[in-house]
Amino acid sequence: MARFSREKILSDFRQSILVSVWFMLLTFPIMVIRVNTVQKTVQWKWERMLMLGVGVFFLSYIWRYLMERKENRPKDEDKIPWNQRLLSEKKYFYPFISVVFAFSVFLPFFVSEYRVNVLITAMIYVVLGLGLNIVVGLAGLLDLGYVAFYAVGAYSYALLNLHYGINFWLALPIGALLGALFGIILGIPVLRLRGDYLAIVTLGFGEIIRLILENWGKFSKGPSGIANIPKPGIIGLEMNRSQSILFIYYLMIALVIFTIFVVERLQNSRLGRSWVALREDEIACQVMGIDRMRTKLAAFALGATWAGMMGVVFAAKTSFINPASFTFMESAMILSIVVLGGMGSILGVILGALVLILLPEELRAFSQYRMLIFGLSMVLMMVFRPQGIISNVRRSYEYHEPAAAEGD
Amino acid sequence: MAGEESMAEKVLDIRSMTMTFGGLKALQEVDLSVRQGEIVGLIGPNGAGKTTFFNCLTGVYPPDSGDILLIPPDKKAIRLNGLKPNKITEKGMARTFQNIRLFQNMTALENIMVGRHCRTRAGVLGAILKGPHTRSEEKEIVSISYTLLHNVGLGQFVNEQAKNLPYGAQRRLEIARALATDPFLLLLDEPAAGMNPQETERLMDLIQTIRKSGVSILIIEHDMRLIMRISDRIVVLDHGVKIAEGIPEEIRKNEMVINAYLGTDEGAA
Repeated sequence: MARFSREKILSDFRQSILVSVWFMLLTFPIMVIRVNTVQKTVQWKWERMLMLGVGVFFLSYIWRYLMERKENRPKDEDKIPWNQRLLSEKKYFYPFISVVFAFSVFLPFFVSEYRVNVLITAMIYVVLGLGLNIVVGLAGLLDLGYVAFYAVGAYSYALLNLHYGINFWLALPIGALLGALFGIILGIPVLRLRGDYLAIVTLGFGEIIRLILENWGKFSKGPSGIANIPKPGIIGLEMNRSQSILFIYYLMIALVIFTIFVVERLQNSRLGRSWVALREDEIACQVMGIDRMRTKLAAFALGATWAGMMGVVFAAKTSFINPASFTFMESAMILSIVVLGGMGSILGVILGALVLILLPEELRAFSQYRMLIFGLSMVLMMVFRPQGIISNVRRSYEYHEPAAAEGD
Repeated sequence: MAGEESMAEKVLDIRSMTMTFGGLKALQEVDLSVRQGEIVGLIGPNGAGKTTFFNCLTGVYPPDSGDILLIPPDKKAIRLNGLKPNKITEKGMARTFQNIRLFQNMTALENIMVGRHCRTRAGVLGAILKGPHTRSEEKEIVSISYTLLHNVGLGQFVNEQAKNLPYGAQRRLEIARALATDPFLLLLDEPAAGMNPQETERLMDLIQTIRKSGVSILIIEHDMRLIMRISDRIVVLDHGVKIAEGIPEEIRKNEMVINAYLGTDEGAA
């Protein structure tokens, strides 16, 4: 193999030297020069430069090794990925799902109240991710304003409760419906566009919703927000603070299961297939008899439904909302969950949400480097595993041939 | 052969269709008709407007003027002008593409299943609740799609992603996908492009089988051997104008057609 030839070793060496020299130059001002403003002296820390150089030299070797491995990896198309086997073969699926279920049911008894709260947030993002996955992962419509529908849901509960005293259980479907309605209203003008244009316009719409909430004080109470939103409860059952957190936790488990159930069915339906087809080739899709606008609107509205529903839960959980909770950062976060997890894959999106929400909480010690780690892991992910943590696998069909299959 | 079939009903009747892109007249007053059970070949040099013709027919571009009438067997004629592509497919006309446009990341079977879309109904609620009606519909989609896949000779590729299929198989899959929409008229845009002689031979058999099942066919093709052998009638386009029409023997001898393909002395001057 040419891997150990002389030229290869030399060129590798040269490249790594170059990279490390480049990094030494680049970081020279911040790593080497130390200005002491009190004593008015300049310290030159050359040893740091050397350390950096050596470090980068070895890192570049590791990087090259990883890249090579990635390119030379044999394509094992026939091997079924473990995640697919886990989900499709019953002997793995049922034990797996029951362990996960039991784990999540008993988890709150072993961790602190704060952790339970974080888990609730994570589950909200799981549902949001699964909702956005319909729009981005399946139908291929890049929506950067998804948080708008989240806001619609949250404000519909807050305002309906404030003015009409509507309780949580009624607000949940109303929020979902309003989300869907807004999805359709925004979708009709926006979905005529494709690709980058669609992304920009949805971004704009997301900001418009937030700005309306911020500036239309009479309607939404502006930046000061709405407080004292009641938590969900059951009639005739008084709950204290920790009990109500526990209640929301179990409610969220139910909602996550419900969402997975619905999204899974949608994915493998006539509608789901037409979404994927639309993502693959819009013109061919239309020529095959699929109404482009209707299919896109269905995806947009169904995605927005989950955001609306989660908005209601979010408002109930925090009992205070203001427009600051619905910035573009939220949309970007949810999108990252979908992309990192694996577009179109339910299990992937769930893992993505858990990683992106729980990990930063666990890494509070490194909180100053949070965005750095976040960015770095995104870059590494896109280089080495662009399809996400778990890639979407198309469903395979089994068909038992009747007598009719003799055509060939 | 053409003589006895010319009595059959028309299924497609196009009258003086014109299409311009800015100053370029891509199609000028083209007339064309297809009768039931007929295979009509559409030929012409590169840039003659053949694919534009298909795109106008299927609603990808709206033609500037002219009438496109689709006549389902035993039904009233439908004017296709201004209809969306998906509506036109619903009326019973399906097509394939010159540069293969399969749904690359879907399996072969799923590609065909998408073709069944316009013949099935299940909506959002149907998908979520999955009642008996949706279940039986879904079953039917799978069995019809599977049969179609088998009929075009791709039975072994059921769960293979479309992009991993060999080239000739992709072309066949496109035909199967188009057939899944239950058309009575099938438009094929250069189905033999890039195929080797054996594959072309098998394709010809397939086209004949499709015709025998009662589907009329309008086919664009550069492979003259193929088109001369399977067409009942041939229409020749050059620079957006119909320059000849007739049975293959007539077309082969036609001066204007030969000139269009090989160039004339005046044309070269």
